[in-house]
Amino acid sequence: MFGNYRGRVSETIAMHMSDGLLNAPTSLLFVVVAVVGVGVALAKARGDLDDRTAPMAGLVAAFVFATQMLNFPVLPGVSGHLLGGALAAILVGPWVGALCVTIVLVLQALLFADGGVTALGANVTNMALIGTATGYLIAVSLRRFARKGKGGIAAVAFVSALVNTVVASAGFVVEYAIGGQGGVAFGTVAAAIIGVHVLIGIGEGLITAATVTAVTAVRPDLVYLLRGAEQKLELRA
Amino acid sequence: MKRFFIGFAVVSLLLAGVVSYFANSNPDGLDHVTEVHGIAEHAKESPLSGSLFADYAVGGDDRFTGVAGVLGVVVTLVLAGGLFWLLRKRSPQGK
Repeated sequence: MFGNYRGRVSETIAMHMSDGLLNAPTSLLFVVVAVVGVGVALAKARGDLDDRTAPMAGLVAAFVFATQMLNFPVLPGVSGHLLGGALAAILVGPWVGALCVTIVLVLQALLFADGGVTALGANVTNMALIGTATGYLIAVSLRRFARKGKGGIAAVAFVSALVNTVVASAGFVVEYAIGGQGGVAFGTVAAAIIGVHVLIGIGEGLITAATVTAVTAVRPDLVYLLRGAEQKLELRA
Repeated sequence: MKRFFIGFAVVSLLLAGVVSYFANSNPDGLDHVTEVHGIAEHAKESPLSGSLFADYAVGGDDRFTGVAGVLGVVVTLVLAGGLFWLLRKRSPQGK
């Protein structure tokens, strides 16, 4: 068994929930949740897409795909990778951002066999819906700091991304509690999953802060979070 | 405008095509926890695990991870960019 696991790990860049970790009804439940959530995002995204932001959103999705390949070490023998919800939400808004992460997850599952197929609903729910919504809500609540120069936007991006990772991982804990296989106690799974994702969240925070700061330095008009702030200022003026 | 978009695309291609070779190959946090607690014993192989680009390789050969990465970036860009372009609000002048 141990030998098996070793072999499997060495030949894969491991990511995402595999098939079989959740029972069939729970997998199906989260397929429904994902379809409804993505449907809402599709309906709302149109309002945030124009000739300028549509290409930007495509590039953000491609960037999230690329960055998800880059596992970084978090503990001896354990790695983590960006989920990308906060990053996408800050750059292209929550609805389009959720679609960016969804497209990445679907492609990973179908083209690269990364993440299960029946688990796709749960993976989309956690990373594309919960992660993006959380990252966006934190970023918006801290928007006034994001307007305060480079340090401000970097700090807001870092915190949004850290919380996005932790809350998205809590999605797995909830799904496991509803219908996980193996009968491991809720507290054990929760502590282990959330503990390691705080560490992964620090990496996610650093990558998100670096990316958002770099885009802001050259094209602040393409940063959704700052655009919202500008519009508010214009309305007041 | 164009220069920024091209630069952003090039960064993604380099990350997926080159930097991906330096990615840490240990299991990620979720896989680690499910392995340690025996949950991963219930994991099933993806029905697509035998497909050409499975596990970001080409035909199982992970020397081609960069090729798979570049392909992934291009396909993501085309699918996502295409979807967002179709969904966008058209400006009144059609420009």
